[in-house]
Amino acid sequence: MSGRAGAPLDVSADLLAPPGRTGLRMVLSRIGTLCLVELQKLRHDKLDLVTRAAQPALWLLVFGTTFSQLRVIPTDVPYLDYLAPGVLAQSALFVSIFYGIQIMWERDAGVLSKLLVTPTPPAALVIGKAFAAGVRAVLQVLVVVLLAAVLGVGLTANPLRLLLAAGIVVLGSAFFCCLSVIIAGLVLSRDRVVGISQAIVMPLFFASNALYPEELMPAWLRAINLVNPLSYQVDALRGLLIGTPSRLLLDIGVLAGATALAIALATRLVGRLGR
Amino acid sequence: MTAAVRVHGLRYAFNGSVAVSNIDLTVQTGEVFGLLGPNGAGKTTTIRAITALLPVPAGTISIFGLDVTRNRMAVRRLIGYVPQMLSADSDLTGRENVSLFARLFDVPRRQRAARVDEVIDAMGLTEAADRRASTYSGGMVRRLELAQALISMPRLLILDEPTIGLDPLARSGVWERIAAIRRDTGMTVLVTTHYMDEAEQACDRVALMHRGEIRVLGAPEALIADLPEPDGDLDDVFRAHVGDHLDDDRTRGMRDVRASRRTARRLG
Ligand SMILES: Nc1ncnc2c1ncn2[C@@H]1O[C@H](COP(=O)(O)OP(=O)(O)O)[C@@H](O)[C@H]1O
Ligand SMILES: [Mg+2]
Repeated sequence: MSGRAGAPLDVSADLLAPPGRTGLRMVLSRIGTLCLVELQKLRHDKLDLVTRAAQPALWLLVFGTTFSQLRVIPTDVPYLDYLAPGVLAQSALFVSIFYGIQIMWERDAGVLSKLLVTPTPPAALVIGKAFAAGVRAVLQVLVVVLLAAVLGVGLTANPLRLLLAAGIVVLGSAFFCCLSVIIAGLVLSRDRVVGISQAIVMPLFFASNALYPEELMPAWLRAINLVNPLSYQVDALRGLLIGTPSRLLLDIGVLAGATALAIALATRLVGRLGR
Repeated sequence: MTAAVRVHGLRYAFNGSVAVSNIDLTVQTGEVFGLLGPNGAGKTTTIRAITALLPVPAGTISIFGLDVTRNRMAVRRLIGYVPQMLSADSDLTGRENVSLFARLFDVPRRQRAARVDEVIDAMGLTEAADRRASTYSGGMVRRLELAQALISMPRLLILDEPTIGLDPLARSGVWERIAAIRRDTGMTVLVTTHYMDEAEQACDRVALMHRGEIRVLGAPEALIADLPEPDGDLDDVFRAHVGDHLDDDRTRGMRDVRASRRTARRLG
């Protein structure tokens, strides 16, 4: 290479470019980077957190308070308390599914190909995006938690439990984000991803224990509930935040397993989005 | 010296419809190489195969001697890529956009801020650096993308239609930056365009593509000198070798137009 004298751009480093990070350190660095980007975007658009809190607020206020008074759904704790973790999980679900859909926008805008041409293996990109969805969801859930506290929901104040609950939200969101990446990688069309996601998100919610205990479900609903990761997320959040009996270890195990599987599948498919 | 890019026998088909075939080309280290041709000629497909975004089913591609399919990560550390669409993240500021790529290319933390400032300054974006990219004009977004691509000090800069959709002033601004990068760093540049006049000015060598094939390849002056008539330009060279107008393939081009309109809307 020649013509370097008096260069305003210093390229002395280029030929001896550092080998860069590899392996686990690189993956961790990419996760950090993509999460940071999410925080930067949220800082520019704080209003987004408020507008997206509107729907969970309605669920808590209208559905929660009404059914608390009607007492048609038998629960061990006041129904509003019972419902709150379900609504938290729902708002995290919406955020993360939408986040996954957004990757289709990034694809159509060329942002994704540019990311794929950096030294970022597909797995690191998927995991990074999944955790970034988690970060966004945790911040969203925080707004809903404050709202629930204002409404008098008996939430725990134990910092360890709160931290664990945040971890559960991240895990669940990573799963649902990867789920929409998987759908995107299969159908390769933005409109169809939006359509399919909308078609599955409500059934995921209603076929879970977010609104009513498993014991009230007919057998077929119970079967879906059994394989619905959202139910495990809700169960864990309910146990941690409200203190109802839960199977925390099972919940974490199922969520972690489902997320690992979803990451593996999304990694295999994400390259198709760059074509 | 190893060539910057070596493509041999590249062929790519989208679901059975052939986009490029029999592509053979070599980009020498340090040169500005132009891939020219009307919309739909196969320029973007060729570029995407070179960056290993497309799996290469037939043919071999190497960058600085490294096979792109076998050394994907190593190759990506050597290239800076600006895709055809305006692809800066409009929800981030200019500086955040560049910092993101500094991190993705593992620019050491201690050097990061200074390097980001340096490339932003070199692209003339210092004043706009802390504004969101959604407020940028098309020309500014292009320069921002150049800054993103340069942050890792790549050995090969790949630019897909860097001036598409820009007004004449912004276009010449972009070419000036590319010339300056070249002058200051001696970086190898592989660029595509469908503007023949721009290529004639900016490129050391060009390959003219049509319907997925390279029709002729050489230095613009040499190609023009070979024309039977004097005072020709690259347009004439294209006509002489292809035998029809640049503007055919209108329908094939629609996809690109729609895509850049969409981006323009997105970027407000
Ligand atoms: N993702 C795609 N799916 C199907 N066909 C494609 C795709 N991308 C490009 N093509 C087709 O391949 C041909 C070459 O396109 P492209 O490489 O984008 O040309 P250029 O960049 O020169 O305008 C065109 O006929 C185009 O329609
Ligand atoms: Mg193109």
